[in-house]
Amino acid sequence: MLDLKGYGPSLLEGAVVTVELALFSLLFAVALGLVGASSKLSGNRFLVGAATAYTTLIRGVPDLVMMLLFYYGGQVLVNSLSDYLYYEYEIDFFFQFDPFISGVLTIGLIFGAYMTETFRGAFLAVDIGQIEAARAYGFSRWHTFRRVMIPQMLRHALPGIGNNWQVLLKTTALASIIGLTDMVRVAEEAAKAERSPFMFFIPVALVYLALTAASELFIKWLDKRANVGVVHGD
Amino acid sequence: MAEQAPLVCKDIHKTFNQLEVLKGISLETRKGDVISLIGSSGSGKSTFLRCINLLETPTSGDIIVHGDPIRFTNNRKGERIPADNRQVEKIRSRLSMVFQGFNLWSHMTVLENIIEAPIHVLGVPKKEAIERAEAYLQKVGIYERKDYYPAQMSGGQQQRAAIARALAMEPDVMLFDEPTSALDPELVGEVLKVMQSLAEEGRTMIVVTHEMAFARDVSTQVLFLHQGVIEEQGTPDKVFDHPESERMKQFLAPKF
Repeated sequence: MLDLKGYGPSLLEGAVVTVELALFSLLFAVALGLVGASSKLSGNRFLVGAATAYTTLIRGVPDLVMMLLFYYGGQVLVNSLSDYLYYEYEIDFFFQFDPFISGVLTIGLIFGAYMTETFRGAFLAVDIGQIEAARAYGFSRWHTFRRVMIPQMLRHALPGIGNNWQVLLKTTALASIIGLTDMVRVAEEAAKAERSPFMFFIPVALVYLALTAASELFIKWLDKRANVGVVHGD
Repeated sequence: MAEQAPLVCKDIHKTFNQLEVLKGISLETRKGDVISLIGSSGSGKSTFLRCINLLETPTSGDIIVHGDPIRFTNNRKGERIPADNRQVEKIRSRLSMVFQGFNLWSHMTVLENIIEAPIHVLGVPKKEAIERAEAYLQKVGIYERKDYYPAQMSGGQQQRAAIARALAMEPDVMLFDEPTSALDPELVGEVLKVMQSLAEEGRTMIVVTHEMAFARDVSTQVLFLHQGVIEEQGTPDKVFDHPESERMKQFLAPKF
């Protein structure tokens, strides 16, 4: 029954690609978000300016446009760089911008901007007394960041991270436009060939639904763990 | 040679946006001193305490810990900042602070709170840090709460845990910033009792407080601050029973 006219296995492979794309993008986005939020809160004029330019730019441009720009534009840039290196320095360097890498870069960059805002708000919500206690006991800046600010910030950030993750997961579908063989792409081809869109798109929709539902449970569990030691008044 | 003073502050000034909060405060401690800083709200006593461990940077004046003066420099805007963060971190690790709002790290258990700085700042081996922490928890009487999170305890218990955290650093001087002001009246006694026992052990303490009975009975020296200057200073006997300044007399006058 799950054979789907022979397309079942490749749909499944596509689903794995979707999940991989989402997870790598999330990693990249979280890293960018931490850097972005730290920059915005650093008080250094250059860093604040750079981070603000980044979030404003990303949030103002449609995801699809970014994706196309990166995939096609990225390759052109790499090509001219490798030409330059070859002719000027005889360095033979080439890098193929494949759809998966473009997808991770683009989605990571887009959601890095949203994560920046999520983390910024969460850092600001950390009680100043917690940080003062760390300073008063001789913690270095890095130690304060790692042992006090990050764990305290995560409590406030987790709901936002969860939201971003769900939207990110669905955004991965855009990568089918630049030729990534994710589950959407497979379904599209199969639906065209077999002229039966329901047979292929409904399973795809269900897989997305299953993934988001499972992540919701996971985030709830994480939230509970992060909030250990917090007494909720009710 | 006379023993070096654990802490000397010379002519500390602090200005916040043109408002001069401290107008030249000096203080010298000997080992075993318990110095109470009293005064009305806004007199600058908490600010002074926070200048000692550089949570606020004094606008001018010197802080000397065990003969080691804190070095300052100016940033590009001309504000005074500590010259060497390492030095500040080292000095802070020898001056433990107990806060009005406890400020225990809420994501760590009591025991984790107490071993964190000894392990990561002082480099004490974990096993030894835990033994030390347990001994101090016994001392402040909350050993059986060691695996609780701060939010699961009463204010008095949290403050005693915070005192154990301060003790675990085996500091030269303990700084108390209104340690009982955030507590229910019923819980004040348990914290003061712990502090009194520390004083009796000969620990050097500087205490910002509104508890006049504590200042009178436990301190070796009392400083009365008013509008950023020391208005009256001396033994509890002198300050409470034979005050010279008008302001001090007013401060002590019965309010009802």
